[in-house]
Amino acid sequence: MDAEDLRRAVTRIAHEIVERNHGLDGVVLVGLQTGGVPLARRLADALARVEGVDVPVGTVDASFYRDDIGLRPVMPTAVTDIPVDLTGRVVVLVDDVLFTGRTVRAALDALNDYGRPRAVQLAVMVDRGHRELPIRPDYVGKNLPTRRDEVVDVRDDGVDVGEKRR
Amino acid sequence: MTATHLLSVADLGADGIEEVLRVSDSFVEVSERAMPKVPALRGKTVVSLFFEESTRTRLSFEAAAKRLSADTMNFSVSTSSVSKGESLRDTVQTIDAMGVDALIVRHSSAGVPWQVASWVDCSVVNAGDGWHEHPTQALLDCFTIQKELGSVAGLRIAVVGDIKHSRVARSNVLAFTMLGAEVTLVAPPTLLPPSLDGWPVAVSTDLDAVLPKADVVYLLRIQAERQSEALLPSLREYTARYGLTRDRARMLSDDALVMHPGPMNRGVEIAADVADLPRSTVTRQVANGVAVRMAVLFLLLGATPK
Repeated sequence: MDAEDLRRAVTRIAHEIVERNHGLDGVVLVGLQTGGVPLARRLADALARVEGVDVPVGTVDASFYRDDIGLRPVMPTAVTDIPVDLTGRVVVLVDDVLFTGRTVRAALDALNDYGRPRAVQLAVMVDRGHRELPIRPDYVGKNLPTRRDEVVDVRDDGVDVGEKRR
Repeated sequence: MTATHLLSVADLGADGIEEVLRVSDSFVEVSERAMPKVPALRGKTVVSLFFEESTRTRLSFEAAAKRLSADTMNFSVSTSSVSKGESLRDTVQTIDAMGVDALIVRHSSAGVPWQVASWVDCSVVNAGDGWHEHPTQALLDCFTIQKELGSVAGLRIAVVGDIKHSRVARSNVLAFTMLGAEVTLVAPPTLLPPSLDGWPVAVSTDLDAVLPKADVVYLLRIQAERQSEALLPSLREYTARYGLTRDRARMLSDDALVMHPGPMNRGVEIAADVADLPRSTVTRQVANGVAVRMAVLFLLLGATPK
């Protein structure tokens, strides 16, 4: 995917969010630290263009909810910022790459501590497969079959698949 | 923090202190929300082992452990086998054998946390040893200064009062200077340690000269229990020369902070109404203390695989 493909995918996902929720009433975007945060902001901009509505954008760092604490190094990268009470809202959780699903599971637990959303939906730019939990995205930029040991990198100017650095 | 214990701030170094402060930011956010608890240390057991009385430090560690979902157990000397004559080593090894993950140790003798750390497999946190160190107090004070003034580096910090008997002074001077602050100790000569060799500080006996230039005035508690040693002519004379009275507080620059580790002797080292000024951080220090201790426990027990 190059920068243009990425831009088109963001616009399409924005339209899908509006269509699925019959507008943007009660919709909140929450970007997962770190890769989901810029993507959530881009989606918010796209939603503003499509519907003329500014939706609230938050960020969540799910480190303290991970299931691999003690198994591998876990360090928070940023302070969670949820600007509104999530109770009764539709939360669109945004991440750049969906892989095992474990980070999303941790984020779902974290979101619960900020209120009880009416629904949580998941938007990802790349679904690379290899799920280890029953989690599926509602909005996908691109399905990208990968090997487990490959690395997927989503930046503003496109998506790269590379070998894991050793 | 890759270490298994927190015994002295010196072990952390400037990088380690900054790591604790960075992670503390995340725990302030956790502490402020409607559900101030995360599951990060589920299944871990934290035991506080206090051989000296304490309210704030003990409760602060307990709150920190509980907000991380760790289980907490309390040990108090008066109801334990220590009162039957059990040795420190046997007491500590008995608790360790129950499968605990961290011991929070306070003792009236310097060095006890090091000794305890050599006997056990779990993590040990020094919560105050004699006149020696109180590292989490120093960390929460650095965190408070950073939150209020942006950074510790380059600040002029006056530490005022009973330096000689103060573990807070020792840990804080280490931490403040490691982070690049200029520290001046202000105290009557009888309340200074016998030697200040190796302390990267200036010393003054003239509080009035130091105050106008200070960014932070850090007041230490005058320990009334030391009065029998006749180190001070009287508390009233101490207040006259070294107390932060209302008149002296007016000499401070507009955004200078007044800090105190508690418990305060209002009317001795700090005037009652000075303690309640907006520039006094005493209660903010306590609130920050929980977040900083959460960061310490998370870094010791959660962040790195054992």
